[in-house]
Amino acid sequence: MALLHTVNKSPFEKNSLETCLRIAVEGSSVLLIEDGVYGAMNGTSLNGALSDAGNRLQFYVLGPDLKARGLSEQDVMEGIEVVDYDGFVDLVVGHDATHACL
Amino acid sequence: MEDIPEEEYSGGVVKKFMYVNRRAPHGSIYAQESLEVVLVGAAFEQDVSVVFLDDGVYQIRKDQDTSAIGTKNFSKTFRALEMYDVEKLYVEKESMQARGMTEDDLNVPVEVKTSEEIGRLMEEQDVVLSF
Repeated sequence: MALLHTVNKSPFEKNSLETCLRIAVEGSSVLLIEDGVYGAMNGTSLNGALSDAGNRLQFYVLGPDLKARGLSEQDVMEGIEVVDYDGFVDLVVGHDATHACL
Repeated sequence: MEDIPEEEYSGGVVKKFMYVNRRAPHGSIYAQESLEVVLVGAAFEQDVSVVFLDDGVYQIRKDQDTSAIGTKNFSKTFRALEMYDVEKLYVEKESMQARGMTEDDLNVPVEVKTSEEIGRLMEEQDVVLSF
């Protein structure tokens, strides 16, 4: 069973992303939305942890939430795929269940 | 009826108000509410300082475009603060560094300060409001 984990909190304010990375098993996906998109940024103190997790998890980030926060695809770490709302729906449908890591 | 002296109407006491912003802009209402209160302080001609710490630094990131999430793009309002004589904007250096940001990523002129400098500025205030 492949799970989709969504993270909507800033990794600098809450430990949702950290917890998510800890519990997500190999082959599952993590979608960063709302304030969670800050976790996808280049050049932050979290880049190492995300790169490591990228070996076993697939990362996605929601484009409209990036744009709202003044972030572009160029600001996103390599290996994280930017999706739009339709892509969000495809991810939900394409996984067995969704875990919203609030 | 007793006459109230003129000076009680005009001018009034000016206090040093510091607004401390520590939240990211669009995930909660804190940032937008803070900005409203800053404008109230400015309308009463108080000595206003605005500080951006932690995720608060994201509030003044440039090129924000909320059209696709259907909320108000209040980041533009920060640029109007100057018209209300709110010119003391401070950003903590350490918060920007942890988030991979520099002064070039911001949409308003600010003074970049160290944690220690921010702490000392806070000590000079009469009122500190946190958001």
